[in-house]
Amino acid sequence: MSDSFNGGLNGKGLALIPRTDSKQTLKDFKSDQEVRWCPGCGDYAILAAVQSFLPELGLRRENIVFVSGIGCSSRFPYYLNTYGFHSIHGRAPAIATGLAASRPDLSVWVITGDGDALSIGGNHLIHALRRNVNLNILLFNNRIYGLTKGQYSPTSEIGKITKSTPMGSLDKPFNPISLALGAEAGFVARTMDSDRKHLQGVLRQAAEHRGASLVEIYQNCNIFNDGAFDTLKDPGTRDEITVRLEHGQPIVFGTGENERAVRLSPTGGVEVVRRAEVADGEILVHDAHNPDPSLAFALSRLDEPAFEHVPMGVFRSIDRPSYDHLLNEQLATATADKGEGSLADLLHGGDTWTIG
Amino acid sequence: MTKQVQQLDRVIIRFAGDSGDGMQLTGDRFTAETAQFGNDLSTLPNFPAEIRAPAGTLPGVSSFQLHFADHDILTPGDAPNVLVAMNPAALKANIGDLPRGADIIANTDEFTKRNLQKVGYPGNPLEDDSLKEWRLHAVPLTSLTVRALDGFDISKKDAERAKNMFALGLLSWMYNRPTEGTVKFLESKFARKPEIAKANIAAFQAGWNYGETTESFSVSYEIKPATLTPGVYRNISGNQALAYGLIAGAVQAKLPLFLGSYPITPASDILHELSKHKRFGIRTFQAEDEIAGVAAALGASFGGSLGVTTTSGPGVALKAETVGLAVTTELPLIVVDVQRAGPSTGMPTKTEQTDLLMAMYGRNGESPVPVLAPATPSDCFTMALEAARIAVKYRTPVMLLSDGYLANGSEPWRIPEVSELPDISAPFTTEANGEDGTYLPFKRDPETLARPWAVPGTAGLEHRIGGIEKADGSGNISYDPDNHDRMVRLRQAKIDGIDVPDLTVDDPSGDARVLVLGWGSTYGPIAAAARRVRAAGHKVAQAHLRHLNPLPANTGEVLRSYDKVLLPEINLGQLAMLLRARFLVDVISYNRVRGLPFKAEELAAVIGEVIESV
Repeated sequence: MSDSFNGGLNGKGLALIPRTDSKQTLKDFKSDQEVRWCPGCGDYAILAAVQSFLPELGLRRENIVFVSGIGCSSRFPYYLNTYGFHSIHGRAPAIATGLAASRPDLSVWVITGDGDALSIGGNHLIHALRRNVNLNILLFNNRIYGLTKGQYSPTSEIGKITKSTPMGSLDKPFNPISLALGAEAGFVARTMDSDRKHLQGVLRQAAEHRGASLVEIYQNCNIFNDGAFDTLKDPGTRDEITVRLEHGQPIVFGTGENERAVRLSPTGGVEVVRRAEVADGEILVHDAHNPDPSLAFALSRLDEPAFEHVPMGVFRSIDRPSYDHLLNEQLATATADKGEGSLADLLHGGDTWTIG
Repeated sequence: MTKQVQQLDRVIIRFAGDSGDGMQLTGDRFTAETAQFGNDLSTLPNFPAEIRAPAGTLPGVSSFQLHFADHDILTPGDAPNVLVAMNPAALKANIGDLPRGADIIANTDEFTKRNLQKVGYPGNPLEDDSLKEWRLHAVPLTSLTVRALDGFDISKKDAERAKNMFALGLLSWMYNRPTEGTVKFLESKFARKPEIAKANIAAFQAGWNYGETTESFSVSYEIKPATLTPGVYRNISGNQALAYGLIAGAVQAKLPLFLGSYPITPASDILHELSKHKRFGIRTFQAEDEIAGVAAALGASFGGSLGVTTTSGPGVALKAETVGLAVTTELPLIVVDVQRAGPSTGMPTKTEQTDLLMAMYGRNGESPVPVLAPATPSDCFTMALEAARIAVKYRTPVMLLSDGYLANGSEPWRIPEVSELPDISAPFTTEANGEDGTYLPFKRDPETLARPWAVPGTAGLEHRIGGIEKADGSGNISYDPDNHDRMVRLRQAKIDGIDVPDLTVDDPSGDARVLVLGWGSTYGPIAAAARRVRAAGHKVAQAHLRHLNPLPANTGEVLRSYDKVLLPEINLGQLAMLLRARFLVDVISYNRVRGLPFKAEELAAVIGEVIESV
């Protein structure tokens, strides 16, 4: 892709954001507010990971903004000593769009959940992604409604028994990664609340990507949906079902006799086969920078049905001009062509006549 | 042949035709010529919501009414003196508004058997006696146009389409309008199609020549320029004035304007206008829906822009939750509601004043917002600037209630000098305001009760705001009962305390016993009605509210000074309900909800009845 995109900011997604000279620590990003999630909630791990990762970016703290919607995860901004806006249900991507579009000097983060982002706010999410607004959207997916006390969510598995679905839920869940890729998001990744190293690695790449980044974070709700991701965490099963995506690497996973690989399927998608049964050259090499999102989408379907194998990591990371860049470029072009606006000239434009 | 020239003091013309006949353009051009000539004027476009309703049918009729005079006028006029009917549907749809003796100019070419049948005419009204009470000018506009354009290298269809310019030329001759502006306009409109430009100009000139030579038109009319306040004038519609007012508001507030909007009739033209002015640093964002429009505007306000959203009633309903968020986070935001006939989709192109109570109360919780309403098309400029002033000074969302009548109507506007405009800037907070260097985002200005506004990027003032109730001062989450009670009252007191000019009363006699009160777009018809009543020797006082929340401090006193207060509204008595509740004054409501503005004659009769009853 051309280097002219984003003002030549390829790979330098933070270039417009003022940096600090002084050394920052985790403490600088902790607010004085008491954290009030349920003990054992996965949100604690994500908060700690974010607080300890932010100093690494070296950005001026006052140029970082966290915007959230409604739900357990949306309390997040209160616990960070940056600018923050805890808004209304589902609307955080829209509010953040106005902020990011008018302030390219800010690092804007949206904190949302599976209910907030995919039910009430689904429309805003897909449009923020397709526009490529310069946002880092962290979608905490616990596959349940927590704050309203345990109804099924748009990512809950079919047949989920909850207070509102005593005979089981009927609707097929969204796969947030597939949805984001369908909206042609430029940066799409999945990570895990409890895997701090992987989480921070993904967040760093998201931050450095200029444009919309969607990071799905599997997050355990130990009250209403405990153990939803246990198979991905349990050392006994973890490595057998986690498909770690790394750009430029052949996609293989599993151990010993169970080692498996991903290759192109005859039907045009991808399939999982025993490693021993495929030649090296047949194994799909992950290309996160492929402008065509089709293969990334196919990879996002690997967890169908029911978490048999779950890809984690960066599905897609491509450069395309961000919305704020294009918008501000139009302003600059209009000003360069005709000069800065003059109110007097504007009011006197068109046909005028003088009396007296 | 020398033709007679008759002096008139005012004329009302209505151009009516199929929605594809170019009647709005014809009306706009006649208006521009008339403005250039120096008459006072007022216009009323009336068009269907369908872009191209089936040709020749009644629902497809589009019209444009123009009232112009040698004195200052207040409305587009009640009843036309001249109807230009481009087809049988246009005649049938408008004849009911036409007083006996008025002129009808009908395009005979379109009065075919089929077109007559389409609208249920048993015979041709141009040929039987049914129009004998009017002065009928049967003119084959289409065939005259086609003949005039013989020799031009254009299709027959393009030649026929120029018939509106022929009609414009004829009317321009009848009323002695200047023609240079229209010639220039056509040259520039069709700059890329010079042959079409030439053909339209030729049709326009042929129309003028036809008037001058044919015996069907024996008289032309002269309406002298009006004496208006000295100054530089332009003709302006309400939507354009409102857009300019928003730009002026941003310039005078020294803030970048951010418009988040979703297209909706009759507000879209504000979005279109603002999107043209990027060199003022204006960012226009066409959102995925109404909610995203206002949400993005609020997000931009959080970042230090003047956030604006423009919509109509259905959009306001969708934006309510975000407006509530703006109330509680106390950020500047302007919500423009160009009201239209409701409920639900209602009649998108028709006017109404039915969103007042929604603007006042249409949100959950105690969530007061200032409400403003311009009185005339050009007043949209002033009130948009006023909305910006209040939003920025008091850190609050402001509702600005225009309507379809103001949005599309136009009038001459004396352009203000930029130096006359108020400086409404209110600098961002950059210093800590709490003890030991902390920042308290909800520590209020003791006078205005406004909170400080520190924007992201300001070092040391990092803070969090949101929709959850905040502790007074610190802004931290608080569920404390007494704190909530205090915050509810503080937010209300802030809005109640907004500085609003007193209500002025126009009472030339000084001892009228009846007051006629209005708000918003009814100003013109009410003032014209009051003039008629006074001209007939009666006394009536008139006052008009442009600030609806808070109301001017003297409102109660004014209402109580009269034996009777009459309040015409294009709703079922929404302001009347507020005034009765607030001041215990027995306001007499007059309500019509027809999607159309009041007529001066109608209101004069109502005022007369109230005066008689005193």
